[in-house]
Amino acid sequence: MLNYRVRSAGWWILSLFVFILSCPLAASAAEQAAAGTTGKPWWFWPIVLFVFCLVLGIVAVLAGVGGGVLYVPLVSGFFPFHIDFVRGVGLMVALAGALAAGPGLLRRNLANLRLALPVALIASAFSILGAMLGLYLSALDPDIIQICLGATIVGIATLLLVSKNTEKPVVNKQDAIGLALGLGGAYWDDGARESIEWKTHRTLLGLFMFILVGLLAGMFGLGAGWANVPVLNLLMGVPLKVSVATSKFLLSITDTSAAWIYMNRGCVIPLIGVPSIVGLMLGSLIGVKILAVAKPKMIRYMVIIVLFFAGLKAIDKGLGLGFLG
Amino acid sequence: MDTQNKENLKASREQIIYANILVIGVWAGIFILVTTYAIYLTGILPSHVKLSLIPTIWGKGVGEYLEITHSPHGWGWVSLLAKGDFLNYIGLTLLALMTIVCYLVLVRGYIRQKNWIFTVIALLEIVVLSVAASGILGSGGH
Repeated sequence: MLNYRVRSAGWWILSLFVFILSCPLAASAAEQAAAGTTGKPWWFWPIVLFVFCLVLGIVAVLAGVGGGVLYVPLVSGFFPFHIDFVRGVGLMVALAGALAAGPGLLRRNLANLRLALPVALIASAFSILGAMLGLYLSALDPDIIQICLGATIVGIATLLLVSKNTEKPVVNKQDAIGLALGLGGAYWDDGARESIEWKTHRTLLGLFMFILVGLLAGMFGLGAGWANVPVLNLLMGVPLKVSVATSKFLLSITDTSAAWIYMNRGCVIPLIGVPSIVGLMLGSLIGVKILAVAKPKMIRYMVIIVLFFAGLKAIDKGLGLGFLG
Repeated sequence: MDTQNKENLKASREQIIYANILVIGVWAGIFILVTTYAIYLTGILPSHVKLSLIPTIWGKGVGEYLEITHSPHGWGWVSLLAKGDFLNYIGLTLLALMTIVCYLVLVRGYIRQKNWIFTVIALLEIVVLSVAASGILGSGGH
């Protein structure tokens, strides 16, 4: 029943949004004369952005990655917006997606609040530093950020390609910090029809890794799910399902702090931001429905190829080589 | 499955409260975003920055953009809520404030449980997020 209501609410918002975006299409033929540097009227890009983000939202769910990691490299590579605005909106996109997914994951006890809280504190504090550093570097020379972003995206694509996450890591003995914080729990595995108990190890090292994760997330405006999951799963020994869910929920906290830095600097332009956020959220809702019939593995490989291309394109753009158009 | 095991599988009370607040905030945020965007694009309220001007300057850095458009940074948008473009910040701000609201509820719960470690962690997170939101660190784009 609730599912039906959410679905119909989603379709209502989608219809309303298409209507809103079609208003200027009908009414602003005269605006075409007032074309910008791109040679397109103002309403062209928000429409393209909305459709693009709708598709991106679907693909992101099917590929098991966050929206931000696809949004920032692709939009900065193929849209005419400055990297400052792309990073600001990218964080809002990742934040909105994480906020929307959070309630379901928490209720099903897949995302674990006790695990998320200490990790989020470290990541969010350092994502503020990352955001400030990113804006400082971008003010010096935006190409530095483009090149670093490109290198990071290529690194992420490699990580997605080679990392072999473990469904249920074996943790023989919980360390003292994990024990003191009570980092453990249980969840019901629908596939295996059993309850899985878990606890963490190497907790201190894991917490240190989130310093780096926070810095990168803030600096490039990327949701950091690609980094959260390997740290939680491979390093700290958290089961894959709990890692993925807690990571998604974590983004709602980590990205909030960095998003505020960008928003306070004026990096979130509503004309770009709103169609991106709404498009990606609706795309994610549709993606969840398609997930049942899709072949996620194939899509995941496609996304890795796209990320490689987007990363190389960002490096190419930053270095001003022009090899990739 | 024994009772203890069943209890372990359940989400904690604070998790459920957190989830309930989040779901209300997110849908309210999205609804406000779509509504204010409609007001913005249809021109019901005048814009501070002309729509046709934006594509000519969105390729410039944020400092230059703010200078050209005479747009405020930090919380300066509050004084421009009568403008269609800045009206959109209500929804954006609501989404960005949701985590702080949820954490305030968590702190209350943890204090009741006398769970001091998590009370301190949650309080520190509120401080971090509030500093970020305040604009002390993030403004000054000119």
